[in-house]
Amino acid sequence: MSEKKNKKSSEDSKIDEALESSRRDFLKKVGIVGAASVTGAAAVYSGYRYEKSKSTGDTIKVLTEDNRLVEIPKDQVKDYKPGLKVLQTRGREGINGKRWVMVIDLSRCRNARKCVNACQGAHYLRPYEYHINTLVMQESVNTPAYYMPKTCQHCDNPPCVSVCPVDATFKRQDGIVLIDNERCIGCRFCMAACPYSARMFHWQEPLSKEADKGKEYNIELNVPQKKGTISKCLFSADRLREDVLPYCVSACPNGVFYFGDENENAVTNGTTKETVSLSELLEKNGAYRLMAELGTKPRVYYLPPKNRLFKFEKGAETDYKETT
Amino acid sequence: MKPDKMEESIITSERYIKKIDSVSSDILRNVRINRGFILWMGFLSVALAATLFAYTIQLKEGLIVTGLRDVTSWGIYIANFVFFVATSLVGMLISSVLGLSGAKWIKPIARIAEIIAVAFAAVAGLVIISDMGRPDRLPNVFLFGRVQSPILWDVTVVTTYFFVSLLLWFLPMIPDLAISRSRISDRPKFLIKAYEILSFNWIDHKKQYEILNQAVRVLLILIIPLAFAIHTVTSWLFAVTPRGGWDSSIFGPYFISGAFVSGTSAVIIAMYFFRVNYKLQKYLTEDHFEKIARVLVLVSIIYIYFNINEFLVPGYKLKSIDAVHLKELFSGHYAPLFWSVQLLGLVIPVILLLFRRMRKPFPLLIISGFVLMASWLKRFIIVVPPQAHPFLPVQNVPAEWLVYKPTLIESAVTTASLILVIMIITILSKLFPVLPIQEIAEEETRAEAEQLNSN
Repeated sequence: MSEKKNKKSSEDSKIDEALESSRRDFLKKVGIVGAASVTGAAAVYSGYRYEKSKSTGDTIKVLTEDNRLVEIPKDQVKDYKPGLKVLQTRGREGINGKRWVMVIDLSRCRNARKCVNACQGAHYLRPYEYHINTLVMQESVNTPAYYMPKTCQHCDNPPCVSVCPVDATFKRQDGIVLIDNERCIGCRFCMAACPYSARMFHWQEPLSKEADKGKEYNIELNVPQKKGTISKCLFSADRLREDVLPYCVSACPNGVFYFGDENENAVTNGTTKETVSLSELLEKNGAYRLMAELGTKPRVYYLPPKNRLFKFEKGAETDYKETT
Repeated sequence: MKPDKMEESIITSERYIKKIDSVSSDILRNVRINRGFILWMGFLSVALAATLFAYTIQLKEGLIVTGLRDVTSWGIYIANFVFFVATSLVGMLISSVLGLSGAKWIKPIARIAEIIAVAFAAVAGLVIISDMGRPDRLPNVFLFGRVQSPILWDVTVVTTYFFVSLLLWFLPMIPDLAISRSRISDRPKFLIKAYEILSFNWIDHKKQYEILNQAVRVLLILIIPLAFAIHTVTSWLFAVTPRGGWDSSIFGPYFISGAFVSGTSAVIIAMYFFRVNYKLQKYLTEDHFEKIARVLVLVSIIYIYFNINEFLVPGYKLKSIDAVHLKELFSGHYAPLFWSVQLLGLVIPVILLLFRRMRKPFPLLIISGFVLMASWLKRFIIVVPPQAHPFLPVQNVPAEWLVYKPTLIESAVTTASLILVIMIITILSKLFPVLPIQEIAEEETRAEAEQLNSN
């Protein structure tokens, strides 16, 4: 009995094997045919698209990085979005051949605070968080009070950069002092060292936490801002890369700011868009730098508040309440 | 320090063996895990957990939960850090400066001083982390560290100082562990095992003493520049900035001299505690208190001298930035704090300690308590007020930014660091002999032998 059963079962398995192998063969064939037809269809389709694009002749001339003029189909043009690595590398290097410089004409400031607002809008700051602030200054009781926009001075001998333990704040070749919010450990030594109180700290979640989601961090804009790190005036390094004047400079309605390149000896007024000689402007107006005696060598020059265009008004200070 | 003939004969004498017996039984009596120890550690752990909860809130919400803002961005965390580094310096003062100059009376105190040094130096590093906006990025200090930054110097020297202090606590204790391992048979097994491992097969051989003494001597010399470095560099965290009140060329010695004051008072408090609680009146005698009180007077007078320099010279010139700061201290917002710290914590203690009666253990304890508390507050005065008045006016900010007030969370996190220090001191002094058994026995035997000889 058992022998019989064994025999039968061995026969069964033989049949099974044969069936199985023929099924495998069949599947193989179907697979090959299927794959071939899909490839073929894809080839035909892409050829069709290529022909179509060729027939419309929709091309565009672009200049490559190595200065070659090439022609490519228009529908293949994509907006270039630099990744974090590119942003970080070029952000640390700065713009070759430039030495950015700012001139602030105190005789024209009337505390409109448009510079402050434009800056806070661009960098997503709360109304009392400043990259630029306008201060009421008075040297002594006998001298007149005046308004003074105060940015980071982008010192050539920056105390903040010296003390930073991790190279999070650094000096670029074009003169700008930047801060890398991806690296800052939040020790605030730079705040302690800065004599101009130019730096702010993100004590809480930045204002734009929700809006910033998914955005690539731009070291030249400090956006997205990051909790527990330092932020400060960047001379709008992102705008300079696009050859546009800084946010504060172009927002001023009263022609207070001049901005330009020391190497070209030319600065442009943000309001009038008039370009003048830097050395002449400084010399004619008796320019000075803030607390020059500290040896910080600021890149921001001030023209004294002589022959002021606007009268000083009392009560210029604003009170703010902390918000989340 | 090769043991000479006389010393060798002391170590092998019968009197010395008996002395070891009596001294070790007195000191090892306290080395045990009893109910008091467990309750005390339990209490500390609960308190630590509660205060660490405050830190988790800070981690989640950011430093907004502290009183710190853009105007005063360094507060009690940094002040507490400076205080901890300062207090830890006393290990060097007692063991090295006094020890190497041949002061025999410091022998029973040296280990207590090293315990204080180890505990405060260990926690100082953690205190700095609690002040960081991004503690998760601590590795950046090692990945991207820049040698120009005094923070790098501070990290390096504080870490080194901690390890050298740990060695200076541990190495001289090896003979004691060998003496103890056979005498703590009724203690928990892990403790006996630990003693066995840590005593490194010590057999009281002459050669072993030679090597040990040499090693300890090298460390005692090495730790002097190291200790000066840790607190000088800590002072430079402030002195390298141009701010009024910090921009001072004597900040290094000013900090060092102040450190000796706070450290000495901490050692006195610990001495009193061990004398009474561990019933060590026989070894921590009134004479020891008398002597350390004199040390306190000496270091306080040196500190007063540096205070006069630090405040009188800028006060005489009154440069505009210094004038604002000094006015705040002398007669402004911080005047009550400033004067009570300077008078109650420095001048009056020195005057009181000129009287013999005040140098008795209990009055000295009270005075040291005032000195230590004032030392903490002094660090607050050094760190906080100079930030309130920077060079340029502070305007257009919320009113509460103008005056720094520590919050409850900040105080809790600071308390956590103090609890940690007390925990470390408790462990080091409860699980290991708090006084050097071998050295005391040797010293007493020698004294007795000398007395016999002179008779």
